[in-house]
Amino acid sequence: MIALLQRDLLLAVRAGGGFGLGVAFFLIVVVLVPLGIGPDMVILSKVSVGVLWVGALLACVLSLDRIFSLDYDDGTLELLLTSPIPLEAVVTIKAFSHWITTGLPLVVVSPILGLLLGLQVSDLKWVVISLLIGTPALSAIGAFGASLTVGIRRGGLLLSLLVLPLYVPTLIFGANVASKGLEDVSNNGALLILTAVTLAAFSILPFASAFVLRINLR
Amino acid sequence: MSLWEYANPVKFLKLSDKVLPFFVGFSIIGLSIGLFWGFFFTPDDYRQGSTVKIIYLHVPSALMAINAWFMMLVASLIWLVRRHHVSALAAKAAAPVGVTMTMVALVTGALWGQPMWGTWWAWDPRLTSFLVLFLFYLGYMALWSAIDNPDTAADLTSMLCIVGSVFAILSRYAVNFWNQGLHQGASLSLDKEKNVADVFYQPLLFSIFGFVFLFLTLVLIGTRTEIRLRRTEALRLRKDSE
Amino acid sequence: MLLSVNNLSVSRGGVSLFKGLNFTLSSGQFISLTGGNGTGKTTLLRSIAGLQPIDEGEILIETDNFIFAGDSNGIKTSLTVSENLRFWSAIFGEKEFEEALEVFHLTKFENRFAGKLSAGQKRRLSLARLMLADKGIWLLDEPTVSLDKKSMEEFSKILKNHLKAGGAAVVATHTDLGLKTHSSNINIEDYRTKSGNLNASAGAFL
Repeated sequence: MIALLQRDLLLAVRAGGGFGLGVAFFLIVVVLVPLGIGPDMVILSKVSVGVLWVGALLACVLSLDRIFSLDYDDGTLELLLTSPIPLEAVVTIKAFSHWITTGLPLVVVSPILGLLLGLQVSDLKWVVISLLIGTPALSAIGAFGASLTVGIRRGGLLLSLLVLPLYVPTLIFGANVASKGLEDVSNNGALLILTAVTLAAFSILPFASAFVLRINLR
Repeated sequence: MSLWEYANPVKFLKLSDKVLPFFVGFSIIGLSIGLFWGFFFTPDDYRQGSTVKIIYLHVPSALMAINAWFMMLVASLIWLVRRHHVSALAAKAAAPVGVTMTMVALVTGALWGQPMWGTWWAWDPRLTSFLVLFLFYLGYMALWSAIDNPDTAADLTSMLCIVGSVFAILSRYAVNFWNQGLHQGASLSLDKEKNVADVFYQPLLFSIFGFVFLFLTLVLIGTRTEIRLRRTEALRLRKDSE
Repeated sequence: MLLSVNNLSVSRGGVSLFKGLNFTLSSGQFISLTGGNGTGKTTLLRSIAGLQPIDEGEILIETDNFIFAGDSNGIKTSLTVSENLRFWSAIFGEKEFEEALEVFHLTKFENRFAGKLSAGQKRRLSLARLMLADKGIWLLDEPTVSLDKKSMEEFSKILKNHLKAGGAAVVATHTDLGLKTHSSNINIEDYRTKSGNLNASAGAFL
């Protein structure tokens, strides 16, 4: 199973832009927002958490169809299904490698983008923490959406339509952790729920994804 | 004789032939009594004026918007467990009705909210939840129409409906957490005291009765259409393979 | 006995393909599947591999004792030849990949990207995967496509060795692999469902 993770990461590096593309998109979103709503740092810092979270969400959605479609097209997924590794584990590993190639880089650059949006250095901590805990859920939920649309040609837009509503709770709790943290209000409740969402998404959803993949590979 | 017998598409068509006129009748009776009584023979509310009368459209459509999704969830589970085609097709047929009900609830809510709250729209938990529900419906219907093989489509949409339901409930909880809101409390509830005075309450019940049968009628017609489409497809397949 | 297929019927896209198929496969035995396009060779192999549900009958097989190779190669073009094989060797966790490289004459391409290989070389790389797992039954769908005469002869030698070592194989193929002993042929067209027959799912609407 480690081999699968290694291979996926190697492919992401080799395919060029696997790592960088999501981050670049995230950067563009964050640059466009001040251009759209004006340079007032006070207003920007007020919307910063929301912009960072929505930007991360969109950057994540953008790369979801890569989770399964390449392996589907060249027949690897079919061979993996008949291999000794349970498909549920394959899905979990692939969601995790999607997080490493997409979610983690977003978390890493988020403090810099936070500064662009007028956040104080002392506030950046909560943005990073909320994204670090929340983005794995985005990958696991996204893997479910990607397994639904794996057999569909040009399923990218449909994939976003299916996945984005499922992202609502993660977005709300994630942004809540960050914004409450910024205001120095206790955010323990939201933090706990966000952690629970991520853990549940990674432990339960792979079963649904594997079920759906088996159907798509019939 | 088991009820499951009518899960056979052909038998279902025969049965629904007989049932459909009653459903149509009930929905006409319920809707005309509820709406006429409500619109013309109830007093204006002392605070809300005549705008209160939109309740006879708003509350039933909001109820059906949620119940339609619930029905789809049950039908999806039945399809996954027992593989009855009628069940999957009924879920498919319920989605457009559900999404319409959601839209009616949102639009009548906006029309009611404007004079009462002074705004067409507010990011209130209830309103937001309904908007999210609307998006869930759109995704569900888009998935149905994107897949050619009908059995595959039924399997995938069923799973989406189940996972979506969990996330819809979670979203409902999340938006409560996110904003406390200005929507009034539930108009109808079984455990609490009545929030709506009797004069408004009785026609509302008729209206809800009418909406329930309107929903059933539309879903039944939709299911029958889907069955006929599949029947046409099966006949074509049989001819092609000869 | 490694595999037993009893009274099997399968369908594709709602239309029944064949009915009442029976055969058994024991150690050292080779079965070639023949039949025109669309008669269900691939569908049969996929059903045995558990990828596809069946309509009727039963397939008895040890689920951890077969390896399936479909019509697509399952090769990552942006990985090198040895990286491709190392991955599958780790997935099966049974054998090292160096021997497979040698047997399929891929050693000199070891560090070349798989995308740079010719069609025949890709097929060889794909077949080399079979050597990485110690599975009794090989389920192969048109394995010799785009192989030249020399590679084909070598592959049939590899197949013979597999059978000699107690393995077995079901292969959908139109080419004679020169396996005389213990080989039999199933022509799927002999089991063809009479025309116009729908499976239970589509038939429920008639």
